[in-house]
Amino acid sequence: MAQPLFRSLRLWPLAAMPLLGACSTVVMDPAGDVARQQSHLILWATGLMLLIIVPVMILTVLFAWRYRATNEDTDYDPDWDHSTGLELIIWSAPLVIIVALGALTWVGTHTLDPYRPLDRLAEGRPLTPAVRPLEVQVVSLDWKWLFIYPEQGIATVNELVVPVDRPIRFRMTSSSVMNTFWVPSMAGMIYTMAGMETRLHGVLNRTGKFEGRSGNYSGAGFSGMSFWTYAVPETRFASWAANVRRQPRRLDVPTYLKLERPSERVRPIGFGGVDPRLFERVVAMCVQPGTPCMDMSGHGMQKGVNNRAPRPGEAEGALTREPHEKGSSPHLSAPPGPAPGARDPGHRANRNLTWALPPRGPIARASRAEA
Amino acid sequence: MSDTLLKTIFGRLTLESFPIHEPIILGTFIVVALGGVALVAALSWFKLWRYLWTEWFTSVDHKKIGIMYMILGTIMLLRGFSDAIMMRLQQAMAFNNDGYLNAHHYDQVFTAHGVIMIFFVAMPFVTGLMNYVVPLQIGARDVSFPFLNNFSFWMTASGAVTVMASLFVGEFARTGWLAMAPLSGLDYSPDVGVDYYIWALQIAGVGTLLSGVNLLCTIIKMRAPGMGLFQMPVFTWASLVTNVLIIAAFPVLTAVLAMLSLDRYVGTNFFTNTGGGNPMMYVNMIWIWGHPEVYILILPAFGVFSEVVSTFSSKRLFGYTSMIYALIVICILAYLVWLHHFFTMGSGASVNSFFGITTMIISIPTGAKIFNWLFTMYRGRIRFELPMMWAIAFMLTFVIGGMTGVLLAVPPADFQLHNSLFLVAHFHNVIIGGVLFGMFAGINYWWPKAFGFKLDKRWGTISFWCWVVGFWVAFTPLYVLGLMGVTRRLRTFDDPSLQIWFIIAGIGAAIIAAGIGAMLMQFYVSIRDRERLRDTTGDPWGGRTLEWATSSPPPAYNFAFTPVVHDLDAWYDMKSRKASRPTEGFRAIHMPKNTATGIVLAGLSTVFSLSMIWYIWWLAAISFAGVIGYAIFHTFNYDRDFDIPVDDVRRFEDARTKALAAAEV
Repeated sequence: MAQPLFRSLRLWPLAAMPLLGACSTVVMDPAGDVARQQSHLILWATGLMLLIIVPVMILTVLFAWRYRATNEDTDYDPDWDHSTGLELIIWSAPLVIIVALGALTWVGTHTLDPYRPLDRLAEGRPLTPAVRPLEVQVVSLDWKWLFIYPEQGIATVNELVVPVDRPIRFRMTSSSVMNTFWVPSMAGMIYTMAGMETRLHGVLNRTGKFEGRSGNYSGAGFSGMSFWTYAVPETRFASWAANVRRQPRRLDVPTYLKLERPSERVRPIGFGGVDPRLFERVVAMCVQPGTPCMDMSGHGMQKGVNNRAPRPGEAEGALTREPHEKGSSPHLSAPPGPAPGARDPGHRANRNLTWALPPRGPIARASRAEA
Repeated sequence: MSDTLLKTIFGRLTLESFPIHEPIILGTFIVVALGGVALVAALSWFKLWRYLWTEWFTSVDHKKIGIMYMILGTIMLLRGFSDAIMMRLQQAMAFNNDGYLNAHHYDQVFTAHGVIMIFFVAMPFVTGLMNYVVPLQIGARDVSFPFLNNFSFWMTASGAVTVMASLFVGEFARTGWLAMAPLSGLDYSPDVGVDYYIWALQIAGVGTLLSGVNLLCTIIKMRAPGMGLFQMPVFTWASLVTNVLIIAAFPVLTAVLAMLSLDRYVGTNFFTNTGGGNPMMYVNMIWIWGHPEVYILILPAFGVFSEVVSTFSSKRLFGYTSMIYALIVICILAYLVWLHHFFTMGSGASVNSFFGITTMIISIPTGAKIFNWLFTMYRGRIRFELPMMWAIAFMLTFVIGGMTGVLLAVPPADFQLHNSLFLVAHFHNVIIGGVLFGMFAGINYWWPKAFGFKLDKRWGTISFWCWVVGFWVAFTPLYVLGLMGVTRRLRTFDDPSLQIWFIIAGIGAAIIAAGIGAMLMQFYVSIRDRERLRDTTGDPWGGRTLEWATSSPPPAYNFAFTPVVHDLDAWYDMKSRKASRPTEGFRAIHMPKNTATGIVLAGLSTVFSLSMIWYIWWLAAISFAGVIGYAIFHTFNYDRDFDIPVDDVRRFEDARTKALAAAEV
């Protein structure tokens, strides 16, 4: 009965195919230095573990075959159940691997801490403290990305343009639910959360067009929450920024409040000007005029906890509602009729958006800037 | 009737809550309803209601409750797998188009898939096996609290009913299987979906927690004389550790869901974005339960493999003591790793390293266990029966899942792989390749004990190969897609070069579907050919532990005389010392009586949870009062035990004496 087990052996070459295919993927062959170091760490960790996994797999197959009941030629030792020497090896072999991996992890986690400013552009290209990183403020909205460039005084939606070989410091927050900001070619992902600011440092070492998206499910429009990241030479970045700055649209408070409402698959938008305090007010949850900003002066863990008071009109506990406020919960696999989307951005049905028309705005693509 | 009156009576339940304009769901509903009517009619026609009620539904016999858990798990597996097929289809076709599921529907499907597979497939399988096997392995007549056991089962079933109800009335959560705040809060999920989620898990959680208490007491207090802790079979040890984990972890889930429901029902601000709420706290708390939960699932599977490898290698388990210490170490470390589920939330490097390294340390005892199974096979006489085939497939599959798990525990690697399809492939690798393979090994191993005949090997082998091959075909592409930067829970895609991988994954899912079909066929064929597969000895595999000492299926009282244990592998010890089976001197056996209280309380709880979900406050109040009142009423029931007359015991044991004599010849 051992035969069927061994038929599977013929499948091993097939199993190796995806392994080879995986080597040229964006995670394993990225354009940014941070992601590249992360991919090296993945390879090292995998290699270390294979040191023990491969022998175990071979021994499993070998023992299963050799000690099959029909094979009378091997020793049979029904009461052999202990060997101190073997036990020592059994426990210490994985231990040694884990000690090595643990050391790698400790060092790797500290050097690749997303909060830590970069100290090199790439292997052998250290950064001088004089190089100031480009700051980009990221706000995840339902279901699009807002990028504010405080230095340039511009903002874009669903399009990130960065100069190549310049470190970038992302300051991130969210307008509602949690998302993660992820450009796999550049660096890993970090959560964006309402009322809190998170950080990420990254760099892109070659020009090109890279995919970015949210890595954390955030509701109906999640699948469309992707954007292109363009890494362009410094001069082209400057001309792109100048081009965007000429856009008539300004990202002031009323525009932001309109933008923040649920919409999906939004085409890239450029804003020629930005309220300079907008990002801080998003983090402090006081963009809405008349809302007191969250007290950020607290200490320890309490700092930045979402202590804004609820506003009238926000959802209220079910038990305290009048009967007519209970609403209804229809059985629907789709909302009734199309959600109003951009026509009525505040409409509640927009939480259910599945494929609504995006609001059109002036488009400032990097591709155009390049042309 | 005025609107206010209607809303007071029916809450937010309206005609629109039923799928009257949804042809697919309405069709499913009609088929299910017709099937249900047909089933009821058949049961009435064959006059089976009384049999089911008295012999099964109200039974406090741990063996019957165990079997009911397994049936529940199998039914829910079919539902959860249908969801999986729907997802694979959607992802294989939705390239630059909308696919066939819109977001509203698709998001419910992946949430339901996760919830059902963990809470209503894996958990019932695990609890069912523990329920069936543990009392037999320790030579007990039943669990410590037989009524509580029945009640636990029906509470779990009640949770399953609640989840199933969401398919036809209202909708299920659209949040992902852990319903992360603030998305699951009232602001972003105002509909009934999250309420279905909360109440289904709360009600089922009561069952899980109580059954954990019950089994822990049973193992501590009811072992046969002579069986010290370190003479317990490994499966019992694994169950002991699992139930410690359940008792320590499930209250956290209960608490976090209670706080979420307070947010939703009373308007508190535990996890909201405003009013001082902290959604990160939800993420922390749900994983403080969630990580031990994965060990709650895998440790019983480890226990099964320990029994299976030792039995089918016809050899003592290698390194019993180190196996036990490995279990205990895993149990403790299970509570020190939860943060590895969200390295990406911005903790400092030292915190992330700490949790990364503790996670890696778990792989040491786990690795030791793998080696111990390996050296149990060494110098054995391995019989490749179905349970052993599952065990070897497990060893080869699980090590890969373990490896990718340790990889994900390296925080910088996790920054790239978190929430990607790589992660999805990893946890399916350990849950299918570990938990599910373990449960299938267990089903094939203990089926002859439960029913007195073996499972058909031909269909079992077909099912085995379909599952193993299907698993690799379905999930290897997801590993690759994860490295391509594809995240989980996506409904549509733009990059056409990804499509081929999703199609391959879909083919894998189809092969697994064939495996499930073959497994159902295996059950059918085995029941049909039960005379051919009959085992009269009670010990078809050359077993080593006490459950094989009694007849198959065991009598209600399990053992006519409580066995006395002298060694680990007590039954093997008895066999090798040619201990003779007592054939006289029987006495009447004192046993607990069946009761309908469990099913009544669970029924009332279902009504309570449904009325809370739909804001029907008056019904919620009445049913809650009903639960409390009936529970108090039950405490006055003093008619809860009886004696199996000595004649019945003698008749049964004499028949077994004859059967054994016949089998010898």
